[in-house]
Amino acid sequence: MSKISEQHATGSTSKPTLAVFKFASCYGCQLSLLDAEDELLAIAHQIEIAYFLEARTRALEGPYDIGLVEGSITTEHDAERIREIRRQCRFLVTIGACATAGGIQALRNWSDVGEFIQQVYATPGYISTLATSTAITDHVPVDFELRGCPINTAQLVELITSLLIGRTPRVPNYSVCIECKLRGTVCVAVAQGISCLGPVTQAGCGAICPSFNRECFGCYGPQELANVTSLCERYEERGEPRDHLVRLVRNFNGYAPAFRAAGDALEEESHG
Amino acid sequence: MQGLIDALKEDGYRVIGPQVADGAVVYDELESLEQLPLGVIDEQDGGVYRLARRQDAGYFDHVVGPHSLKRYLFPPQETLQQLQLKDGGWRVEPQQFDEPPLAVIGPRSCDLHAMAIQDRVFLEGPYVDPGYRARREGLFVVSVQCRRAAATCFCHSMKTGPRADHGFDLALSELDDCFAIEVGSERGGRILAAVDGWKPGAPTIVDRANDQSSQLERSMEQRSTTEAAPGAPKLRQLDTQDLRDLLLNNLDHPRWEQVADRCLACANCTMVCPTCFCSSVSEVSDLTNEHVRRERTWTSCFTAEHSFLTSGVVRNSTAARYRQWLTHKLSTWIDQFDSSGCVGCGRCITWCPVGIDLTEEVAAIRETTK
Repeated sequence: MSKISEQHATGSTSKPTLAVFKFASCYGCQLSLLDAEDELLAIAHQIEIAYFLEARTRALEGPYDIGLVEGSITTEHDAERIREIRRQCRFLVTIGACATAGGIQALRNWSDVGEFIQQVYATPGYISTLATSTAITDHVPVDFELRGCPINTAQLVELITSLLIGRTPRVPNYSVCIECKLRGTVCVAVAQGISCLGPVTQAGCGAICPSFNRECFGCYGPQELANVTSLCERYEERGEPRDHLVRLVRNFNGYAPAFRAAGDALEEESHG
Repeated sequence: MQGLIDALKEDGYRVIGPQVADGAVVYDELESLEQLPLGVIDEQDGGVYRLARRQDAGYFDHVVGPHSLKRYLFPPQETLQQLQLKDGGWRVEPQQFDEPPLAVIGPRSCDLHAMAIQDRVFLEGPYVDPGYRARREGLFVVSVQCRRAAATCFCHSMKTGPRADHGFDLALSELDDCFAIEVGSERGGRILAAVDGWKPGAPTIVDRANDQSSQLERSMEQRSTTEAAPGAPKLRQLDTQDLRDLLLNNLDHPRWEQVADRCLACANCTMVCPTCFCSSVSEVSDLTNEHVRRERTWTSCFTAEHSFLTSGVVRNSTAARYRQWLTHKLSTWIDQFDSSGCVGCGRCITWCPVGIDLTEEVAAIRETTK
């Protein structure tokens, strides 16, 4: 990764600029930047926060050096807007499960959206939406993805730091199990028979849920070599109903390719 | 027993020992005898670990749990060095080794053999690890002689147990009415002499302790070669005859792809293995770039970063990574360190979420090459 401060998008010698954009999402990932309380002043010292509507009303014109994108594409208008944002940003980084995999709202991808609109809205004619919720990378090239629901503040600070220095960010793509073992958490899948997605999920959260005797819900999406089929077969053998497993993999990252394929296969087997 | 804990504390040791937490027997700070898992046993099988109460079980009738000495001598995360930018230059803040020495109650014979293997890695090569050395020199080991084996145990195959005969300061044998203690070092004797109420046992007690170990060894041999009772898992065994060459001569065996269909590449086996020693070292800087920490973290041959070279990731498939792990553990380890990397503790079998069993994988390859 080249050093972002060497030549700015604006061509000036001032600080590199950062912009934060929102699509279909809950604001939680943007909030992770504001949550970086200890580092926020240092960040503001190093980079110009040019466009971040959740934090300040002043909005500078593009182009920008770093663009952080939260949310998924669910409307024609958004599909057009992300193409313009891509043109405006040197480094485009997607943040969170919505932007990287379509988010929880991608559950619509398995249903009839037209039917939802008829039932939910008083005047369905006002609603203009796509039939699917899809990841940003399905629409434009993305330079880096930060996973999570929400993303981890420390990983976001690491990403910004690495862009400023010009090195590869330390964002591991191995399993949550490694994080459990680093902190000494006893495996909930083996010792308690809980159906946990940790072995197939990418690390990043610090393995929070298993440390509270709960299963991993897959917030960080599939790990690099996720073998979801083998894990689900094992859980099914020991008595987990198949419909529970479908719901487990179709969660915040259900539309990420590895989880999507496993969920579809499980559903097909139960119907077939 | 309480006297031993007190004597160790009195001598300045931080004492840890086995206790029940989150459905397992794990190591944690030990203040009192009451914390030990009296009456608790662990039932283990591929991908399964369950605690059970048993009327006749003593303080140490569980076997090995998810933790091992590894996490105390070679901690999961360690800052090796810190650098501070000051007056235009980098000031090095060297690593401090000022933790109190550790006393561990509970390691089994297999664990001591695992520690000896890690000693070879961290202390006996051309580069000595200063952190490991400091912690290892301070370590006081109160080993426990097993009188029970889990179905995943196979120390009898690896010649690493069940009886611990060296590598401890003290070794406890739990008998029905008392503990027999063997002294393994000068400081072990010194601590024992300071324990209130201990007295040299009659020779018959020593015989009873030794009988208990031999009985277990015989029963392990027998349980691993005869069919188990219905519903009960058979005890593992690993045929080590020409094992190094068996695997290295079968690098293209179809079994590697078959095991990869089940393997999750989650790295649990390597994390719980008491001999696996891979780590990743990174320089972690803050936003101002004025402070840098050099951090070492456990890693695994099941991760992409492990085989990342300038041209990219060399081992891109689960099959390649599983093969790397098993052939290193059982074959090339011998070339590198003059012993097998496996001590037969069975942790990798128990803590694999899908129950992959290395003894079964080796047997399957051996079967087709007969």
